[in-house]
Amino acid sequence: MQILLVEDDAEVARFVKKGLQEAGHIVEHVANGRDGLFMAASEPFDLLILDRMLPGGVDGLRIVETLRGQGNKTPVLFLTALGAVDERVKGLKAGGDDYLVKPFAFAELLARIEALARRPAMEVPATRLAVADLEMDLLSRTVTRGGRRIEVQPREFRLLEHLMRHMGQVVTRTMLLEKVWDYHFDPQTNVIDVHVSRLRQKVDKGFDVPLIHTVRNAGYMIRADA
Amino acid sequence: MTAPAEENGGWRDLGAYLKSAGFRFATLFAVLFLAAMVGFAFMLWWGTAGTLSRQIDDAIRADALGLQEAWRSGGTAAVVDAIGERLAVDIDDHAIYLLADSAGLRIGGNLDRWPAVAQASWSWSADTVRRDGVAVPARMHHVPLGQGHRLLVGRDATDREKLRTLLSEALLWSFAVAVAFAIAGAAALRRALGERLRAASMTAGAIAAGDLTRRVPLSAQRDEFDQLGASMNAMLDRIDQLMVGIKGVSDSIAHDLRTPIARARMRLENALMSAPDEETLRAAMETTVADLDGISRVFQALLRIAEAEAGARRAAFAPFDLAQVLADAAEVYGALAEERGQHLQTSWPDKLEMVGDRDMVLQAIANLLDNAVKFTPQGGTIRLNASAPARDRREISVCDEGPGLAPEDRARAGERFFRADPSRALPGSGLGLSLVKAVAALHGGGLRLGDAQAGAERTGLEARLILSSRA
Repeated sequence: MQILLVEDDAEVARFVKKGLQEAGHIVEHVANGRDGLFMAASEPFDLLILDRMLPGGVDGLRIVETLRGQGNKTPVLFLTALGAVDERVKGLKAGGDDYLVKPFAFAELLARIEALARRPAMEVPATRLAVADLEMDLLSRTVTRGGRRIEVQPREFRLLEHLMRHMGQVVTRTMLLEKVWDYHFDPQTNVIDVHVSRLRQKVDKGFDVPLIHTVRNAGYMIRADA
Repeated sequence: MTAPAEENGGWRDLGAYLKSAGFRFATLFAVLFLAAMVGFAFMLWWGTAGTLSRQIDDAIRADALGLQEAWRSGGTAAVVDAIGERLAVDIDDHAIYLLADSAGLRIGGNLDRWPAVAQASWSWSADTVRRDGVAVPARMHHVPLGQGHRLLVGRDATDREKLRTLLSEALLWSFAVAVAFAIAGAAALRRALGERLRAASMTAGAIAAGDLTRRVPLSAQRDEFDQLGASMNAMLDRIDQLMVGIKGVSDSIAHDLRTPIARARMRLENALMSAPDEETLRAAMETTVADLDGISRVFQALLRIAEAEAGARRAAFAPFDLAQVLADAAEVYGALAEERGQHLQTSWPDKLEMVGDRDMVLQAIANLLDNAVKFTPQGGTIRLNASAPARDRREISVCDEGPGLAPEDRARAGERFFRADPSRALPGSGLGLSLVKAVAALHGGGLRLGDAQAGAERTGLEARLILSSRA
C-alpha cells in the first residue's frame, strides 16, 4: 500500500515509517503541512496519515478539508496529540476517517490503517460472510459452522460480523469498543477479552481448526488457516 | 518636536472623549431634554398668545359682518351710525374703524387715513397705525362694500404685543436655563456612568495583571451595573474554579505520576545494566511498555476528569436513552461478572430519556461496575438499578457485596488518586470515583456513597449516581 505520512516529529515519523515498511507498505514522509498537501494532491496514495499540528502554516485539518474539497476521497487517519473529544469530533467532521491519539501502540496504528484501506471494498452490501466453514447470513441473522447452527446473542453477532468483515486483519480492543459497542470509553479491565472468549467458546469449541486468534499485544483476528 | 505630538495627543483625547459611550448617552439625554423644552414652549405659545390672536380675529370678523349688514340695509349713513355707536360703547378704546370712499377719503371711523398695508388683495393685515395721533400696533381686516367704498375694521393689539414680548422673554430665559441644565445634566450623567463603570474596569485591569482574587464591588442598589458586576463576578468564580481544577491536575501529575514513571525508568535501567540475556531484557522492556501504557491511561483519565470538571464537554451534550446505555454497560460488565462467578442483577424502566454526554455517563457507570466487580467476592451479587425519582432527575445505583467503605473514607473517595486501605493491593489508579464525581457534577448531580446492607457483616457499598436529565 502507498502511504503518505505527514508528521513533524522526526522520531515518531522514523518509527512509524520503519514499522509500516516492515509490514510491507511503501511510505512517503514529509515533515510539514504545505509539502504534505502538495504531495497528497499531486500523487495517488492509498492512505494518508496526518498529524493535526504541523509547521508550515497548513495543519492536518486544512489538508483534509482541501483534499475533500477537491473530491479526493483517499482515506485519512489522524495521528495526533490532541486527544480531547471535541478535537476528535473536529477531525472526523473535517473529513478524517479515523483518529488515533498519541501515545499509541504501533499494533493499534497498523490495525487501523489496514482496516481503513480495506474499507471501500467492504462497503459493498453483502448478505453472506464466510470464513472457512463458518458462515454468517446477514439477512436471517444466523451463524452456522460446518452446517451446524450456532446460537449467538445480538452483540456477539455484531462482534463476529465485525471480525469477519475484517477477515485476516488484526482488530484491536479499542476498535471493537468503538465499532461494536459504539462507545468511546476506557473499560478499565479486560471486558472485551471476556466477550471475545465467550464468542470463541461458541464458534471454535468442538471444532478442529480454531478461527478466532489472539494476536499478542494487539488484538484479535479471524482467519481460515491455522 | 514635542509640541505637535502633545497637540496631537490633545486632539486624540478629544476624539476619544467625543467617541465615548458616556458622551453619546449624555448628548442624547441633552437633545431629548431640549426637544421636550421646545415642545413645551410651543404649546405654551399656542395656548396663550395664539388664543388671544384668534379671539381678536373672531371679534374683528363679527364686527365686520355686522357693519356689512348695516351697509346693505342703510348705506353709508347706517355704517357711519353703527361705527359711532360701537365706538361709543368701546370703553377699552381698542376698536379701530374706517369707512372710506373710492378715492380713499375718510367718511367715518377713528382712523385718519387708509393704512398703506391694507391695499393688498390679502384682506387681513397687521401694522402700526396712527389713531387719534398715537401710533399703536393693530390687527386689521378690510372688506369692499360696493360703489368703491371700503370698510376697515381693526383692534388695537398693544396688549397682545405686550403678552408676546413677555412670553418670548420668559421662554428665552427658560430655554437658556434648560440648555445650561442639559449640559450640566449630560456632564453629570457621563461622570456617573464613568464612576459606576470604573469599579468594574479597575477589577478587570487588576485581574488582567494577575490578581485573580479581585471581584467587582457591588452597590446596594442592585441596578443594571450591579447585574453586570454580578455576572462578571460569577464568570471570575468560574474561571477561578477552572484554575483550581487545572492546578489539581498538575499537582496530581507531579505527585502521582512520578512514581510509575520512576518505576518504569528503574526497570529499564536495571535491565540495561544487569540483564543476563536478551530474553530477560526483552521481558523487562515489554513490562515497561505496559507500565507506560498504564501511565498514559492515567493521564487520559486525568484529562477526562479535567474536561468534565471544566464543563467543556457540555458541547457534546445530546439527548439519549439512559436505559440503552445501562443495558450496554450491563452487557459489557455482566460477562465480566459472570466470568468471576458473580451475578449481576439489573432493574430499570423501559425508557429513561435524558440529555447529557452519553460516553461520559457510560464511563461513569463502567467505573462503578468495575469497582463492584473488583470488590465483590465470588458467588456474590452486584445490583445495578436506575430510576427517575423526579421528572428531571435520574438515579443510578450500583450495590456490591464487598468490604464497603469506612465512613471516614467516604468523604475522601473521589479525591484524585485516593485509595482506601483495603483496595491498595488491587489494581487500579484511584481515579475511578474522581471521574464518576466529575461526570455527576457535569450533569448537575452528585455521587453518594453508603452501605448496601447496613448492619451486615460485609456492608458492601452502594454508590448512588444522581444526574439531572436536562442540559
